[in-house]
Amino acid sequence: MHSLKEMRREFQRAFNVSTNRVKVAIGLGTCGIAAGGEKVWNAVNEYVENEGLDVDMMSTGCLGMCYAEPIMEVHMPGEPRFVYGNVKPETAVEILERHLKYGRPSPEYIVGQDPRGFEPAPNIMELKDTGFFKSQVKTVLGRCGIIDPEQIAHYIAFGGYEALEKVLSEMSQIEVIEEIKRSGLRGRGGGGFPTGRKWEAAYNSPGPKKYVICNADEGDPGAFMDRSILEGDPHSVLEGMAICGYAIGADEGYIYVRAEYPLAIKRLRKAIQDAEAMGILGDNILDSGFSFRIRIAAGAGAFVCGEETALMHSIEGKRGMPRVRPPYPAQSGLWGKPTNINNVETYANVPGIIRKGADWFAAMGTDNSKGSKVFALTGKIRRTGLAEVPIGISLRDVVFDIGGGIQNDRKFKAVQIGGPSGGCIPASHLDTPIDYDSLIQLGAMMGSGGLVVMDEDTCMVDVARYFLKFTQEESCGKCTPCREGTMRMLQILERICQGQGGPEDIDTLENLALVVKSTSLCGLGQSAPNPVLATLRYFRSEYEEHIFNKKCPAGICVELLDIIIDPAACKGCTLCKNVCPADAITGERKKPHSIDPEKCIKCQACIMKCPFGAITKG
Amino acid sequence: MCNCGENLRDQRYTALEKTLKKYRHTTGKIIPVLQEIQDIFGYVPIEAIREVSRELKVPSSEIYGVVTFYGQFHLQARGKNIIRVCTGTACHVQGGGKILEAITDYLGLKDGKMTSDDMMFTLEPVACLGACGMAPVMMVNEDAYGRLTPDEVPAILARYDENRKQKDDEKCIA
Ligand SMILES: Cc1cc2nc3c(=O)[nH]c(=O)nc-3n(C[C@H](O)[C@H](O)[C@H](O)COP(=O)(O)O)c2cc1C
Ligand code: SF4
Ligand code: SF4
Ligand code: FES
Ligand code: FES
Repeated sequence: MHSLKEMRREFQRAFNVSTNRVKVAIGLGTCGIAAGGEKVWNAVNEYVENEGLDVDMMSTGCLGMCYAEPIMEVHMPGEPRFVYGNVKPETAVEILERHLKYGRPSPEYIVGQDPRGFEPAPNIMELKDTGFFKSQVKTVLGRCGIIDPEQIAHYIAFGGYEALEKVLSEMSQIEVIEEIKRSGLRGRGGGGFPTGRKWEAAYNSPGPKKYVICNADEGDPGAFMDRSILEGDPHSVLEGMAICGYAIGADEGYIYVRAEYPLAIKRLRKAIQDAEAMGILGDNILDSGFSFRIRIAAGAGAFVCGEETALMHSIEGKRGMPRVRPPYPAQSGLWGKPTNINNVETYANVPGIIRKGADWFAAMGTDNSKGSKVFALTGKIRRTGLAEVPIGISLRDVVFDIGGGIQNDRKFKAVQIGGPSGGCIPASHLDTPIDYDSLIQLGAMMGSGGLVVMDEDTCMVDVARYFLKFTQEESCGKCTPCREGTMRMLQILERICQGQGGPEDIDTLENLALVVKSTSLCGLGQSAPNPVLATLRYFRSEYEEHIFNKKCPAGICVELLDIIIDPAACKGCTLCKNVCPADAITGERKKPHSIDPEKCIKCQACIMKCPFGAITKG
Repeated sequence: MCNCGENLRDQRYTALEKTLKKYRHTTGKIIPVLQEIQDIFGYVPIEAIREVSRELKVPSSEIYGVVTFYGQFHLQARGKNIIRVCTGTACHVQGGGKILEAITDYLGLKDGKMTSDDMMFTLEPVACLGACGMAPVMMVNEDAYGRLTPDEVPAILARYDENRKQKDDEKCIA
């Protein structure tokens, strides 16, 4: 067999040589771009050209620090790598002027340094010691933000495709499956099914033609770990898929990517092309006799297509409706052939397990949930971003240590985990370890790993309504309980939010929830009631406030708000009167004003305008 | 008289023919075919469905079923610029609703209409754009904008708004 060893050494040498040059790296994932990363890139590019500086510019995936984007890194030969955060085009140029010309970093913009074996600069935190990174482990995300994802040479230099070589040259199919089984890896797409057992079932299914599918539909709103892996380290997913193909005896793979991820699709295309050009994918890979091709199927905007049987229907060009299992994909999958389907992050874990061994992987995590998991931290949390942690770490550690707590010093209320299929976990359970089984006990689930943090200004009835609206719209309509049941539940929740709820509504909701849960065909319907059940379990009093007292304690449900001016605090400045679009405010200059509740449309413009904080909602 | 409209029409139909030819002898490729058609026309015209049915030998009703199932396909012509605004959870709790309002206000959209009268914009609420750490988020065509506040919206949209730009230019001269 043909070995990549020589080439890897060559690429490593090239990468090291490049570290002896001045380098400016800017994170240009979708998130970095959304924060204005491209503008920073253009400004830096112009500056470098105008000044005639000898600098390598590099675009990277993201480090997971959404809160600090746009991020710019400066590497000088023999010095640590300095990571600057929240840079604007003008500040970027200022920073470079000082750093490149006079060798002076600007600590006020530095998020952290990474010494890379050189003498660390004094008085600047090392990246790995900062609050955001301290409790993290970087295995799946290890290369994201470090390498240029469009350069296969970078991937190879960092140990990429070593696992594929090892598998092809010295492991039997069964040995690969046993290694994955021994590692304890469980699916990262939501259900948490043991990956090795899934592969074994596909291996045991007879037939000359089998498929490998990567589920990159990432439909849970609030989840973006898969996008980030695909944009930041696409080859790791391709390598994981090829190893799976070898293990189960498949020669063809599909990656089903949602259409909302154009950049991920573009980077995957390039990665596949580059790997084929080097003989790492395609026919007779590295002269091993094993052939494996990967194609991309772009999703078309339906949440239910993330469900595995619906996804396969969609690749086949049909409407993406789920079907009853069994038969499982391992027996009869794409075009009726044995198929193994896993999530992006699941595949991205595979090369590491093969390279470093099942024991290394199993040393992280809890008894029943091994390894690390990437979580997406969003919502009212200070440091939004992607955090990879050992499974079993507590929610408190993730929200408060890594995430830095709640924005604007508000109070923590709940964290929503598992997307529309999951549940809300209140403060009283913050010390729960995050693993597959404990979360289910709390009425939530791991899901894909989206953590949406909510503060005291979030209304939990509104959250339940929000998720039901989502699942109701996304129900494919194949089975009645899901289609009609979610509709009825949504109607009730809307009524409650509008102050029209009746005393029997909570019971009706609970009964409907149980019916929908137990009689729907696929996971969408079976889990759609979870957000309602979880909020009823932990925040029942909020429902009761809405129903019996017609009050929204968080001040979110507009119909239930009273906007009032405190006459003692009002100075009669007339600002509110001028801003009110409904002419609801009356009062003479320098005298307390008042609001006519009949006319007020609760737009809250007056609250924001009042310089004395005299207007409140409640 | 200007007949560039005609030419454009021709070009699109030539492109359609090419796409159909490429997929003529394939099975299970309805979604990629429709995606290409939508790239050509900006939507999926009914006539195109008939053509696909004839060329790929699939009943029109089945193709129609696929088009209506997936949120990505549109049966009506759409605006020149597509605004995708995120209604996902992270954006929802960060005030995404106000961004949506600011957009509908700017475009003057009423009664559930999603395309501006001058065909310059179509608004498309989507479930998540995957940049949740930057919530609230919107995308205009392929440009992503994050950490938005409602008052930034008009200026961003104005950059894509040729009609309004023209008007402003005229104002300038006057
Ligand atoms: C409604 C619904 C949506 C789903 N969406 C996704 C998704 O976006 N990504 C994903 O990996 N799995 C999703 N799943 C789970 C898949 O059906 C499947 O279990 C998973 O891809 C298996 O991969 P894993 O074992 O590696 O987790 C979804 C399931 C349901 C019921
Ligand atoms: S449970 Fe809902 S989404 Fe799933 S098959 Fe039934 S109707 Fe479709
Ligand atoms: S909330 Fe809006 S409508 Fe009501 S009084 Fe204030 S400005 Fe007027
Ligand atoms: S910075 Fe890339 S995911 Fe947010
Ligand atoms: S929730 Fe808005 S981008 Fe994901």
